[in-house]
Amino acid sequence: MKNHVLRPLWVAIAFVALIFLVRHFMVPKDFGIHGRNFTYGFYRLGAIDDWKAIPVKYRGMAGCGECHEDKVAEHQKGPHHIIQCENCHGPALAHPDKPETLPIDRDRGLCLRCHAGLPYPTSQRANLPAIDPDKHNPGAPCVECHNPHNPEM
Amino acid sequence: MSCSRRDLLKKAMCGAVAASLPLTMFRFLSPAQAQAAVAGSGKVRWGFLVDTRKCVGCGFCVKACKMENEVPYDAPVTRTWVERYVVTRDGKTHIDSPLGGRDGFVSQKVGEETIPPEEITKAFFVPKLCNQCDNPACVQVCPVGATFQTNDGVVLIDRTWCIGCGYCIMACPYGVRFFHPIYKVAEKCTFCYHRISKGMVTACVQACPFGARRIGNLKDPNDPVTRAIMTERVAVLKDEYGTKPQVFYIGLDSNVR
Repeated sequence: MKNHVLRPLWVAIAFVALIFLVRHFMVPKDFGIHGRNFTYGFYRLGAIDDWKAIPVKYRGMAGCGECHEDKVAEHQKGPHHIIQCENCHGPALAHPDKPETLPIDRDRGLCLRCHAGLPYPTSQRANLPAIDPDKHNPGAPCVECHNPHNPEM
Repeated sequence: MSCSRRDLLKKAMCGAVAASLPLTMFRFLSPAQAQAAVAGSGKVRWGFLVDTRKCVGCGFCVKACKMENEVPYDAPVTRTWVERYVVTRDGKTHIDSPLGGRDGFVSQKVGEETIPPEEITKAFFVPKLCNQCDNPACVQVCPVGATFQTNDGVVLIDRTWCIGCGYCIMACPYGVRFFHPIYKVAEKCTFCYHRISKGMVTACVQACPFGARRIGNLKDPNDPVTRAIMTERVAVLKDEYGTKPQVFYIGLDSNVR
C-alpha cells in the first residue's frame, strides 16, 4: 500500500497505544470488579481501607468512666443516664493526651434540645419535662440551678 | 473454492450464533465466586432501624455525625438530619429542618410560621440518613467508578477517584448526597464505616439518648435489629423507586417523603 495511506494509520495506532500506556500507569493496580457485579462493584479496593483508617472521635461513656468514676456514677443514677457524656462535652478524640482537657459547655441550648416545650401530643417530646425558654429565666445558664449530671439532686 | 447456497447460509448462521456468545460463558467460577455473584458474599449486611415514635428532635445525632465525620460544622450540608412534621386540622403538613436539626428543635415556629397548639393534630420527628440501598441509583450513574457498594452493603465514595461531576447527587432519590466543601468531591453517610468495621456502632446511634436509631447486621437472624425488622411493622422511604433501601422506619407516616 502507498505510504500516504499507511502513515495516518501508524499515527492512529501509536495514539491508541499511548492511551493504553497512560492507562496502565494511571489506573491503580487494585482497580477492578470486587463487588457483586460491574454496576455496583467497580472500584479501587484500597478505598475501603481509606475509610476504615479514619480515627474514631466519639469513644463512648465506658471510656470516660475509667478516670471520671465519680462523675459517671452520679450521672448513672439520674434520668440523664441515657445521654452520652460526649453529647454535651464534645468528642473525646485522643483525650487525655490530645486534647488534655475537654471544654465544659454551659450553654442553655444543650438543655433546650430536649426541654424546650413543644406542644406535640403524638410525639415522645411531649412526655419530657419542659419549659418555655422565653419565660423560664431567659438567658440564664440552666446549670446555675440544675445539676446536669443528675437533675434530681 | 466452491460454496453452495446451503453451505453459505449454514456458515453464516453458525457465525452469527458464535458472535452473539459472550466470552464470559467460557469462564468457570468457583462455587464461592458464584455465591458471591448471586447473593453478595460475606456474613454481614448492615441495616438501620429508625423508630420515629422515640425521636424527640434533640439533634444530638446530627451534631455527633458532623463532628465524627468532619463535615464542616456551620456549612449547610450534613450526612444525616432530622425533619419535623406538624400536621394541622386543615390537613396541611408543615415541615422544617433548621440546620438539619443540628441544634435541636427549640422553637414552636415551623420555618417562619407560628402554629397555634390547638390547631395541631399530630407532630413528630423523622431522622434521615443514607438508605444504603441494595440497588443504589447513585452508584449506577457514576461515570468513573468512584462510588461503589461494599460486600457488607455500605455505599462508599473513593475521594481520590471522584471527579466531582455531581451525577450521583442528582440520582439519589433521598437527597442524602452533597458536595463536600473542602474535599470538593461527593459526600454521603458511610454508616460510620470506620466505627462499624471496628465493632462499634455509628456516631448517631451512640449519641441518640432514646434508642430511636439502631444499626445491625441483617444477615444475622439473632441480631436484635434484624429481629425487630422481621417482627415489627416497618416501612421504607420511597419504596416505589425500586432502590431497595435498607434503612427501615417504625411509625412512618404517609406525610413523610
